[in-house]
Amino acid sequence: MVYFLVGVAGTFGAILRYLIGVSLLTNSLFPYATLSINLIGSFLLTWLTTRLLKKTSWPSHITTAIGTGFVGSFTTFSTLSVETVKLFQNGAILLGLLYVFVSIVGGLLMSRLGFNIVGEEVQKS
Amino acid sequence: MTMIHIFLVGIGGFLGAIARYSVTKHLNSKSPLIIPIGTLTVNLLGAFLLGIITGASVNRVIVLLFGTGFMGAFTTFSTLKLEMIQLYRNKQKKEFTLYTIITYGFGIILAYFGYLIGSILF
Repeated sequence: MVYFLVGVAGTFGAILRYLIGVSLLTNSLFPYATLSINLIGSFLLTWLTTRLLKKTSWPSHITTAIGTGFVGSFTTFSTLSVETVKLFQNGAILLGLLYVFVSIVGGLLMSRLGFNIVGEEVQKS
Repeated sequence: MTMIHIFLVGIGGFLGAIARYSVTKHLNSKSPLIIPIGTLTVNLLGAFLLGIITGASVNRVIVLLFGTGFMGAFTTFSTLKLEMIQLYRNKQKKEFTLYTIITYGFGIILAYFGYLIGSILF
C-alpha cells in the first residue's frame, strides 16, 4: 500500500517538476528551473518532516507518500549532475561551478531554514 | 507540450519514486555506515543513467518517460539535503564532508561518463 501511495505522490511531484521546467526561463543557459525546484523542495521537506507532518495524526504511509514520494520526486539530483556537465561542455566553467556551489550551500541553507522555522528548535539551539 | 508528454513524465515518476523508496528503505536501514548509502546509490546510479539517456540520440518519448520522469524521480535532492543537515547537526562533520564530496564529485563524473557512453553507443 505504501509503495503505491509513494508512486502516486511521485507522479504528481514529477509532473510538477516537468511543468516548471518547461515554463521557467527556458531560454537561459543557466538551469534556473532545476535550481529553484531543488531549493524550494529542500525547504519543504525539512519543514514538512519537522513540523507539519509531526503535528498531524496522519498515518505514516501518508506522510511517507508526501515527503518521500511527492517532495522526493519533485526535486532531482540526476538532472542537476547532467546540467552541470552540459555547462562545462559548453565552456561555461564558471557558471557550472556557480551552479554546484549554489546547489550545495543554498540547498543546505534552505533545508536549515525548514528546521529553524520550528519555534521550539530555535530556542533549544 | 501535450497531455501525452505530461502522462509519460507521470508514469516515469510513479515508477521512479517507488524504485527509490524500495532501494533507500533496504540500503539505508541495513547499512552499518553513518553515511546514507541508499540515497547515495540512487543519486549516483541515476546521474550515470540520465547521462546515458542525454548523450544518446533517443526520441522524446524515451527522454520524458525514462529521463525526466523516471530518473528525475528516482534521484532526489531534498532528501540529500535533509540527510546532510542531520549529519551536521549530529556533529558528524567528517561524514558530512565525505557525503557532500562523494555525492557531487562522483555524481558529476558519472553523469559525464554516462553522457560519453550514451553518445558513443547510441
